[in-house]
Amino acid sequence: MQQIEFDTKWTMVVDIDKCSGCGSCMVSCQAENNIAPMEDGSNKLKTLTWMLVYELNNGKEFPERESAYLPRPCMQCGNPACVPVCPVVATTKDEEGGIVSQIYPRCIGCRYCMAACPYHARYFGWFDPIWPEGMEKALSPKTSTRPRGVVEKCNFCHTRLMDARARARAEGMDPNKLPDGWYKPACLESCPTGAISFGDSKNPEHKVHDLIKDKNAFRILESIGMDPQVYYISRRDWVREQSDNHLPKDKH
Amino acid sequence: MDRNLFPEGVTRCGLPKFSLWMAFVSIFFLWGAYAAVVIFVNGIGVTGLDNYFGFGLWITFDLAVIALGAGAFFTGFLKYILKIDQLKNIVNLAVIIGFLCYSGAMLILTMDIGQPIRAWFGYWHPNVHSMLTEVIFCITVYCVVLLIEFIPLILEQKQLNKIPFVRHFAHHLHVNMALFAGIGTFLSTFHQGSLGGMYGVMFGRPYAFRDGFFIWPWTFFLFVLSAVGTGPIFTVLVCTFIEKMTGKKLVEYKVKALMGKIAGSMLCLYMFLKIIDTWAWATGYLPSVGLTFDEMFYGNIYGKWLMWVELGLCGIVPAIMMITPSIRKNPALLYTAGILACIGVSVNRYVFTVQTIAIPVMPFDTWEFYAPNWAEWTTCGMIVAYGVLVLSLCYRYLPVFPSEIKLNSK
Ligand code: SF4
Repeated sequence: MQQIEFDTKWTMVVDIDKCSGCGSCMVSCQAENNIAPMEDGSNKLKTLTWMLVYELNNGKEFPERESAYLPRPCMQCGNPACVPVCPVVATTKDEEGGIVSQIYPRCIGCRYCMAACPYHARYFGWFDPIWPEGMEKALSPKTSTRPRGVVEKCNFCHTRLMDARARARAEGMDPNKLPDGWYKPACLESCPTGAISFGDSKNPEHKVHDLIKDKNAFRILESIGMDPQVYYISRRDWVREQSDNHLPKDKH
Repeated sequence: MDRNLFPEGVTRCGLPKFSLWMAFVSIFFLWGAYAAVVIFVNGIGVTGLDNYFGFGLWITFDLAVIALGAGAFFTGFLKYILKIDQLKNIVNLAVIIGFLCYSGAMLILTMDIGQPIRAWFGYWHPNVHSMLTEVIFCITVYCVVLLIEFIPLILEQKQLNKIPFVRHFAHHLHVNMALFAGIGTFLSTFHQGSLGGMYGVMFGRPYAFRDGFFIWPWTFFLFVLSAVGTGPIFTVLVCTFIEKMTGKKLVEYKVKALMGKIAGSMLCLYMFLKIIDTWAWATGYLPSVGLTFDEMFYGNIYGKWLMWVELGLCGIVPAIMMITPSIRKNPALLYTAGILACIGVSVNRYVFTVQTIAIPVMPFDTWEFYAPNWAEWTTCGMIVAYGVLVLSLCYRYLPVFPSEIKLNSK
């Protein structure tokens, strides 16, 4: 399929060296997007974690052992594996900004997109969402809840983009040229170490425009060619090395 | 008691014995039906599937039965279009098996999708880029074609056939069978192919991804060939199984050997291309994304042995056995080759569905394991039971085997 280029490219940059693995991004994502708590959360392979923190290590033993944490939202790939496979056009990448959408009332739950996405960024609603008593009052009013049986995923808190655009319109500005910092996903806001940056990487006035050019910036699985809109930064070689698969001979 | 319903001139076991058999098979059917109800009520969270394994036993089972059901379209094609007349003695059975396999797969799919009541969205909002859309269209239309091919056989039931309208209707359908066989061949080829294409296009999954020809990855063609290389021999195996169960001869051995020869030739072509494909994948594609052949396998259930079994023991070996006339002439050896070939194609479908998604593509990810649970096993069992029940009824009441009387008259 042809890859569409947009004037705006919403991009997330995560500084892995700043991430302490506290999981606050996971929690805020859960709250912002009305992800129901699981009755039995022990089976991690059936939970909904649109944002998931992976633990990386350098493979050495103590005292040389080092760890790093890598938060993984949906990468909003430029060339997504999930979009062309969906039989019912429930997921598309056609909106200005390049966020890969997921239309819950359209999804039939075939899970082909889950099989296609190597980042495991897509989640299936295995169970009916059940809110503990009283929690309905704490639900986020702007985000739709999903029935069981559909696939869901991170959408860079798309509702916040809508809010930011509405604000821009109200202030007489171009809603497609938002100033830096107007549109912030929930994970960024809750991150205590400021590891996450977010903005339009095509707009020179946005911080991420320069961050993605950092010599230590990388994306995961570049060689497969999915062109993700999520970048990571790490000054540690062993972390960067784990961004993609390498043959033994090109290991450095 | 029900003798009047039997096809002209044949003998069948007594009704009590038959009922006992049907009751026994029905246990499995009902057990699966119970699981299906649980699944529809509680959702597929009750299965062993999870976020890593969105595809599991059900899809493997679907792909395998659809490949094994390929005897229908391929035998139909050879009989009605290439006019290989000998096959008329087995084509009815091939059509029934094809129908059972396809309708069974569709039944499983209704459980497998998370929102069964939205299943029609596949036709209403089709994504022309998705191989699954092609699958959805072909599988339903082909299932209808199989039903059309099956109906004349039902109408030939002795009592039904006495009704003049039914007789004429069946005759007309028969006359046009070449047309349906043609449509069926076209649809089924695309369907088998797009099932393979479904995996071949997943460029995020290095185990399955293949480049290819035009919009189709190589797996498209490999799936078609592997299906026609095993479907006909599966029909032979089912036929032999019915013969063993009933103690009757139903189809001349020479027809079976011919089916074996056809399957064997197709399997040879398939193995030739599959080996080239595997070689190109291991030495060309994998290194291009920084992976090695060894990294595609892990432990026992994802071990390399699966590949050697698929390509060697259950691929090359049966292919050679079936094309070698002296081996083919020996029933025991032909059936052994057939069983091996059917296992081979099932292993192929398993690795494409499960191994493909078990492999950690991100370097810091880990291998995951999947074990189907009772809900998946019993529902698959239900489909097998459904097939056995319908086949038993067909054998008892329909003139499935034209040469049965001749073969059993002493
Ligand atoms: S990370 Fe996965 S779900 Fe997100 S756009 Fe890419 S392929 Fe699709």
